[in-house]
Amino acid sequence: MIKINDLNVYYGGIHAIKGISLEVPKGKIISLIGANGAGKSTTLRAIMTLERPKSGTIIYKDKDITFEKTQNLVKNGLVLVPEGRRVFTNLTVEENLILGSYARKYSEEVQKDMEWVYELFPRLLERKKQKAGTMSGGEQQMLAVGRALMSKPEVLLMDEPSLGLAPLIVKDIFEIIKKINKLGVTIMLIEQNAKVALEIADYGYVMEVGKIVLEGKGKELLENENVKKAYLGA
Amino acid sequence: MSLNTFMQHLSNGLALGSLYALIAIGYTMVYGILRLINFAHGDIFMISTYIIFYSVTLFLMPWWVAFVVAILLTGAFGILVERLAYRSLRNSPKISVMISAIGASYLIQNLAIVIFGGRPKAFPIPEFFNKVVYVNTISIPVANFFIPGITMAALVILLYIVNKTKTGMAMRAVSRDYEAARLMGINVDTIISITFFMGSILAALGGMMWGIKYPNLIPLMGLMPGLKAFIAAVIGGIGNIKGAVVGGFLLGMSEIMLIAFLPSMTGYRDAFAFVILIVILLIKPSGLLGENLAEKV
Ligand SMILES: Nc1ncnc2c1ncn2[C@@H]1O[C@H](COP(=O)(O)OP(=O)(O)OP(=O)(O)O)[C@@H](O)[C@H]1O
Ligand SMILES: [Mg+2]
Repeated sequence: MIKINDLNVYYGGIHAIKGISLEVPKGKIISLIGANGAGKSTTLRAIMTLERPKSGTIIYKDKDITFEKTQNLVKNGLVLVPEGRRVFTNLTVEENLILGSYARKYSEEVQKDMEWVYELFPRLLERKKQKAGTMSGGEQQMLAVGRALMSKPEVLLMDEPSLGLAPLIVKDIFEIIKKINKLGVTIMLIEQNAKVALEIADYGYVMEVGKIVLEGKGKELLENENVKKAYLGA
Repeated sequence: MSLNTFMQHLSNGLALGSLYALIAIGYTMVYGILRLINFAHGDIFMISTYIIFYSVTLFLMPWWVAFVVAILLTGAFGILVERLAYRSLRNSPKISVMISAIGASYLIQNLAIVIFGGRPKAFPIPEFFNKVVYVNTISIPVANFFIPGITMAALVILLYIVNKTKTGMAMRAVSRDYEAARLMGINVDTIISITFFMGSILAALGGMMWGIKYPNLIPLMGLMPGLKAFIAAVIGGIGNIKGAVVGGFLLGMSEIMLIAFLPSMTGYRDAFAFVILIVILLIKPSGLLGENLAEKV
């Protein structure tokens, strides 16, 4: 679905992404792990064309999207749950979800998806008419995920969806990720919790200071000595 | 002061307040979405009155056609100002955009002097609005009823669009977070254009009613109403539409009442607006209906 080829991204003088290449095959769950500042978020931002790469290409559905407009990607099923939630705090929960479906024509299907999101996160239903900014951090994170689902993603990029959530809810979120993956949605996941991320991943990449230093099947990476030492606290 | 004269002043205050309110909404909407004071807004207002003038005198349109034409053209003009003066500076420091806004304002004023001429022109007031209504022994111009009425109708429509429609939701989303809005598939540039369009339409509505009340058109006529409306927007809490309306009415009403009760102070009517501004900002720094400014800046 997505193919990144020799991508280089700079922030002014900082070389944040140093020629990475990776692939996200259709229907799979791909995890991207790495220490703070490794360039994980930048990678996802570049895919959404929120950052302008200096060189390299990003292919989505066999089309070069490196300089495509973000809104067109969203219309085309490429959706990001951004780092730090970024819900619209001045809008109600319901309005946030409606905006999630902004790129879609209103239909019964949208209405059904809304009900489905409320089913996945009953808390959101209780808070429907409440301003998103008045909700707790964890609730806002649920809203960010629910909002992304309202966009009807074909590929869902998730930047630390479990950040700030209680362990029980983290489990729920990962169950939900597996569930939507079963429904045919391709997933690319960034997670601090490398163990969980690699457990559910078909394939994983390890990033260090802007480079991909290791890749392999999720289970293989879990067994890898270097990964164990650096990310699994073993 | 007799009750009659008081009622007359009251109706004048309502009318002037409505006009300030209509213009103030444009400032507040643009500020809400771009965090920018659109200094050219008063000039957009001025342009609308000249469009009506030329539509009627040069193109011989009936006044109501001229009004519709003016509203649409002024809306388009607002979009054009944003395109030319602000869009390419979207990622520039605030100060650059502000300077560009001031530049746009001067440019429009001076172009207007060149094109329209500096000599005052008489706004073509439709017969109908020249009528005066007598209530008991109080005589009130018809316009004083229409101006608040049309303002209220426009406000209701605007609030409906902003609060209930998907476009309105997108406007509010963009005002909070451009990038997150893009991630929803929202075309941020389009939403900004729509915002300028709506603000300019309201300025045109204000312009046409201003002309009916004060039918003396000059290229710099946007300056004072623009400044007052800006003050009104700040008084009400900039970024807040209802606040702009409250501020507009407050300012228009106090200005008229100042003149009514203290005729010797008439020369200070413009300075008085600043006094109100300072007093209100001292009491409530974010304006009457404003949110916490700390979050916005
Ligand atoms: N807007 C920016 N301006 C300048 N430098 C930036 C900017 N955003 C990120 N960087 C730098 O780019 C590098 C990669 O950042 P990125 O946010 O992609 O890391 P990350 O892997 O997502 O880290 P984390 O796990 O902490 O979220 C970091 O060194 C960071 O300091
Ligand atoms: Mg990150």
